[in-house]
Amino acid sequence: MPVNSTHYLFLSLLLFSIGIMGALMRRNAIIIFMCIELMLNAVNLLLVAFSKIYGDADAQLFVFFIMVVAAAEVAVGLAIIVMMYRKVHSVDINILNRLKH
Amino acid sequence: MEIYDILFWILSALAVSCALGVILSRNPVNSVMFLIVTFFAISGHYILMNAQFLAIVNIIVYAGAIMVLFLFVIMLMNLNADVEPQKGQLVQLAGVISGGVLFLVILAAIKTAKTESMDKTSTDIGLITNLGRTLFTRYVLPFEISSVLFLSAMIGAVVIGKKEEAKPSKEDESEMKQFL
Repeated sequence: MPVNSTHYLFLSLLLFSIGIMGALMRRNAIIIFMCIELMLNAVNLLLVAFSKIYGDADAQLFVFFIMVVAAAEVAVGLAIIVMMYRKVHSVDINILNRLKH
Repeated sequence: MEIYDILFWILSALAVSCALGVILSRNPVNSVMFLIVTFFAISGHYILMNAQFLAIVNIIVYAGAIMVLFLFVIMLMNLNADVEPQKGQLVQLAGVISGGVLFLVILAAIKTAKTESMDKTSTDIGLITNLGRTLFTRYVLPFEISSVLFLSAMIGAVVIGKKEEAKPSKEDESEMKQFL
């Protein structure tokens, strides 16, 4: 059975679900952040696959912009994590529930 | 079986197993290493699909810049010891079940999707000439806006990461007295 669009849909869905599971399972803020990067990459993979199938360059430019936004997001997010570590000396997200009170 | 299909299955197996390694390994440094391998596998998929420019950008930006930043922060916080507290078994099970349910729901939704066959012949869509022409004709405005986004992200990161009080605290002063 030759590779077609369904294979890429399944692969991308699998990577996205693994990212969701990781974000729900772990307590380390950095690992959760990495799982978000994994989900973004799953979406990128699917966009490139459909760009190839339909012969359209626009989808690849969307991937380009997703990478731009991800880079900006990582810079700000890691700054926030470093600041949190400086305050509470931990990257455990359970500590952050004191924002409730 | 063509070479394309064989490469597809090898790269897919590598990507999925290393993605599982990211969420299952206890040591954050190992997680970063697994994620880098996943990005390389995804870059292999891009090359397979004739998106050469994106493959290179993926390696440079993700594996080269972002993951080094992650690794740097992990080393800075000295998190490479396996002392990280884990969630309870119940919460982990709930996370896996909700992720699996999402997987099943979307699987059921895309099961009946129309199957498009892949054109295996090489095209020049993913080359930098074609992408650059599209970027600077139809997507100039988003390109310029993303530069503003980068500027604001840079300023934001500097402002957030800056130390709050500039004056030395009591402990620093006593340490300095010891040196003097």
